[in-house]
Amino acid sequence: MRFYEYEAKTLLGKQGIPLPKNGTANTPEEAARLAGEIGGPAVLKSQVLSGGRMKAGGIKFADSPDEARSAAEVILKLEIGGQLPRSVLVEAKANVRKEYYAGVIYDAVAKRPLLIFSDMGGIDIEEVAEQHPDHVARMHFSSLLPLSDYKVKETIASIGVTGGELTGLVPIVTRLARTFLQYDLTLAEINPLAQLDTGRFICLDCHIDMEEEARDRHTALLNELGVKREETRMARPPTPFEIKGAEVDAKDTRGVAGRVVEFDGNLGLIIGAGGGSLTLFDAVRKHGGKAANYCEIGGNPSVTKACELTKLILSKPGVEKIAVMMNVVSNTRVDIMARGVIKGVVESGYDPAEKIAIFRIPGSWEDEGFKILRKYGVEYCDRSVSMNEAARRAVEKVKKG
Amino acid sequence: MPSMFIRVDADSSVHSNAELAKKLTEICPVDIFAQNPDGTLRIVEDNLDECVLCDLCVEACPPGAIKVVKLYEG
Repeated sequence: MRFYEYEAKTLLGKQGIPLPKNGTANTPEEAARLAGEIGGPAVLKSQVLSGGRMKAGGIKFADSPDEARSAAEVILKLEIGGQLPRSVLVEAKANVRKEYYAGVIYDAVAKRPLLIFSDMGGIDIEEVAEQHPDHVARMHFSSLLPLSDYKVKETIASIGVTGGELTGLVPIVTRLARTFLQYDLTLAEINPLAQLDTGRFICLDCHIDMEEEARDRHTALLNELGVKREETRMARPPTPFEIKGAEVDAKDTRGVAGRVVEFDGNLGLIIGAGGGSLTLFDAVRKHGGKAANYCEIGGNPSVTKACELTKLILSKPGVEKIAVMMNVVSNTRVDIMARGVIKGVVESGYDPAEKIAIFRIPGSWEDEGFKILRKYGVEYCDRSVSMNEAARRAVEKVKKG
Repeated sequence: MPSMFIRVDADSSVHSNAELAKKLTEICPVDIFAQNPDGTLRIVEDNLDECVLCDLCVEACPPGAIKVVKLYEG
């Protein structure tokens, strides 16, 4: 779940990270008033969730309230990445001496948060890491134990930052890392983290993403920021297909059959269980398959729910076959899934034996499920066939037509 | 669409027994049973395929009075 920049800055400000004087405007007049209150040069930034604002003309500078009004007029009507801005952030323009980068992400391989720091800020950190690896410091830290300032200090100092700069940066970067932990974030990034002419450090731009599953743990913060429950906060608005997928999931409380993401391939995916969705999606891609969608199944969805999801996926133009694949399931029943998927295929007017490339859901009630699959002539396999192999077989079947 | 996987056969003694019909309506976890206005048993066709094979209905009735038939067997 992504935050708008103004929300991210509100959160960082609450955590004691210094920010430029700023405010949000929904009209050109408000922008002019804010610029007047700033009392000097200002920068106006479109509040959209997608990137590429500068290139798209969504960031403009103004030396006076009149210029701010004109800039806001343009920005408020400017669509970026298919989104109109929610508002315009009007901020005091900073006199920057040097730009740094500070970011925290979750390293899923190491299963720990990773702090990344660079003394080359203002540009993509990936570019810096590739071209100037000696200017990037990294440190994994515990998500359970308290984070010590000195560990952050060691990390920043490891690329040669010393003296007043080191002293000024450590508390800001430490607060950023603690914010990451406190609010279950998946990304907390300040870029640039600027040193002003005065020597002071300030957050000029930031990106913050929160773990979707953690929303309920942070309702106080989300209410304070004005984030509504129905806001998906993805980088792009959901497609009609994805909205229908969410409706299928919401209609029935039994289990999960949702998080549908649309792609433009020909293999529909009904996947899930214990990280199975991501693993299987990657496996399909690895074998050269083109997924029509991503989704997550789990928690024993009802026959109706599995049926409706199947029908939705099969209704997508270009879908030639579907692959029904899950990790070993314990609380999802194989026979219930088999019933739901087969029913969905039949109700869509297709032959399950033709339309289902493979059914690989091993686990509870699998013998009962396999009886159903045999009856309808569907190719299935148990846990002796890996998820990777099942994905390969599905891709091969689609290629054969 | 008619059920594809499950059929429930209840004999006439179950259908006409309002008390048993009430019990079946209460115990079925997926609402396969309902009562008609006169208290007799009604089988909700739309929910048959949701049957989780728990056999609570079979246990609630006299032996052999209700049968859950798996249409994919045999």
